Amino acid sequence: MPDTAKSTIKALTGDQAAAEAMRQINPDVVAAYPITPQTEIVMTYSQFVADGLVDTEMIPVESEHSAMSACVGAAAAGARTMTATSANGLALMWEVVYIAASTRLPIVMPVVNRALSGPINIHCDHSDSMGARDSGWIQIYCENAQEVYESIILAVRIAENPKILLPVMVCQDGFITSHAVEKLSIFEDEQVKDFIGTHKSNFPLLDVENPVTYGPLDLQDYYFEHKRQQSEAMKNAMQVIPEIVEDFAKLSNKTYGFIEEYRMQDAETAILALSSTCGTAKVVVDGLRNKGVKAGLVKLRFFRPFPADNIVSSLSKVKAVAVLDRSESFSNRGGPVFSEVRSALYESENKPLITNYIYGLGGRDINTSEIEAVYNELQETIKRGKADKLVNYLGVRE
Amino acid sequence: MSGKGILEIRWHGRGGQGAKTAAQLLAETAMDEGKYIQAFPEYGPERAGAPIKAFTRISDEPINLHCGVSNPQIVVVIDPTLLDAVDVAEGIPEDGILLVNSDQSPQVLRQKLNFRKGKVYTLDATKVALETVGLPLPNTPMLGALLKAADLVSLNKIEDKLTEKFLKKIGEKKTKGNIESVRRAYNEVQAG
Repeated sequence: MPDTAKSTIKALTGDQAAAEAMRQINPDVVAAYPITPQTEIVMTYSQFVADGLVDTEMIPVESEHSAMSACVGAAAAGARTMTATSANGLALMWEVVYIAASTRLPIVMPVVNRALSGPINIHCDHSDSMGARDSGWIQIYCENAQEVYESIILAVRIAENPKILLPVMVCQDGFITSHAVEKLSIFEDEQVKDFIGTHKSNFPLLDVENPVTYGPLDLQDYYFEHKRQQSEAMKNAMQVIPEIVEDFAKLSNKTYGFIEEYRMQDAETAILALSSTCGTAKVVVDGLRNKGVKAGLVKLRFFRPFPADNIVSSLSKVKAVAVLDRSESFSNRGGPVFSEVRSALYESENKPLITNYIYGLGGRDINTSEIEAVYNELQETIKRGKADKLVNYLGVRE
Repeated sequence: MSGKGILEIRWHGRGGQGAKTAAQLLAETAMDEGKYIQAFPEYGPERAGAPIKAFTRISDEPINLHCGVSNPQIVVVIDPTLLDAVDVAEGIPEDGILLVNSDQSPQVLRQKLNFRKGKVYTLDATKVALETVGLPLPNTPMLGALLKAADLVSLNKIEDKLTEKFLKKIGEKKTKGNIESVRRAYNEVQAG
C-alpha cells in the first residue's frame, strides 16, 4: 500500500478499484460489454462518464466481439483505449484479442477471472485468461484490490512503451477480489496523470498526412516476420518492465517484480501460485514459520512475459515445490503454470522436487488447512526423495 | 489456522434484507477508525428472499486472507425465519457471540440452537425497523445491537457512516429513522 502523504484511503471492491484506476487514467475510448463478475467495472465507469468526471468516449457495444473490435479501431486511430471482461466475454472476443496483439495496439484490459462454461458458473478460476495465454497479450495477476488498482496504472505505461507496444490484461479473481471491499490507498489524480503521461501513437490512422494501413492480408511473405517481432516485443518487455516498475516505485514506495518472494530466504519447501490464493498462502507460511517449518511462497505476478530466470533462481533454493494451478489444461501433465514452471527448471542444476495441484475450479474455496496440507505433503516429498504424484487435485470430491 | 488478530463476523440474511450492506457499513466504519477491513457476500444464485451470507473481517494489520470465513467469532442473524433453514451456529467457537433478530429471549434461542457456552443476544429488530424507519429492513438496527454485544466501533461513527451513505439516497427523514433504529437497538438488545 502506498504510504505517500498524498494518498487517500478508500473502501473499494476490486471492480471499483479497477474503475477508479480507469477514472484517473481517463482513456480516450472505452468500449465494453458488462458480464459477471466484471459488471461493476463497466457500471461504475459508465457512471463516471455520465457524471462528466472523465472525457472518455464510452461505446456501449452489443457484444464482447464488438467491444474488442471497437478497441482495435480506436487504438489504431491513436486513442488511449481500454475495455474489461470476464470468462465467456473474453471467449467471445477471442479472434479480436489475437488481432489486438499482432497489430501491436497498447490496449489495457482488466480481466475479472471467472470459470469458462460449461457447466455454467460465474465464480473464479483462471481458465479464461489462461486460455488467452498464447494470444500475445501481457498478463499481470493481482493478489488484492490494491494491486489491481496499481497494476492497471502500471499497465498503461507498459503497453504504450515503444519497445513493447503490446496489449495488457490485468487479472483479478472473480468475486474473491472483485466483490470484496478492502482498504485501498489511492493516488492523487495528478500523480497518475504525470506517471502515465500523454499517449502518443507513432502511426495513428487519423493522421491523414501520413497514411498507414492496419490489418492487411499478410501471407507467406511477411506473416512469420510479424509474429517474430511479437516475440521480440515480449522479450523487450522483460527488459523494460523493471525500468517502468522502478519509476512507479517513486510514486508508490513499492517495487513490483515479475515475481514476489515471500519468506524464501532459507525456505526448504515452497508453493508457487497466482492471485488471491497467494494472500491466504502467506498466512499459512507465517503459521508454519512460527512452528519452525521453513516454508516459503513465490507469487507469480507476470505470466506473460514469462519470467523463467526469476522463477528458476528463486525455486532452485528449495528442496520441494508445489505449483498451484487454478485451471486445467487436460494434458494429464498438469495445469498451464505447472507446465511452464517445470519446463523452465529443466536445465537447472539445482532442480527441486516438483508437483502440481489443480484447485479452486469454479470458485471452490481454498482455505488455510488445504494449503497447509500441501506444505506438509512437500515435507513428505523431501523425505521420500520424490513427489508422490505429478498432478494432484486439491479440494475436490473424488 | 486463521490470520492472527483478525476479527471475523458472519451475517445471515435473505436476499434484499441488507446483510451485505450491514457487513460493508461495519467494515467501512472500522476503516474510518484506522483498521484494515474486508467485507464480502457469498454469492449463489442471486434472488430476493434466498438465504445469503455476508462476511466482515477487521484487523489492526493488513489482511492477507482471501478464503471464506468458517469460524467466525460473531454471527449475526438478520432474518429469524432462517433459524429453521440454516445452521447459523456452525463454526462459532465456544466463546463466540450469536446475535439474532428475534422476539424471543436469548435463553429460549440458546436452547433452540443448542448453543451452550457462547454469548447469545436477541433483539426484535424487525419491530424496531418498522417503528423507526417504517420499513421491515432489520439490518441497521442489528448493527446497533451488534455494537452493544461487541465493542467494534463507536456508535457515533456508525451514525456518521449511515448519514454519509444514506442521506443522498433515501433523504433526511429515513436517514434519521435509521439512526434512531441503531440507537434503540443498542439500548434494547437483550443478553443472556
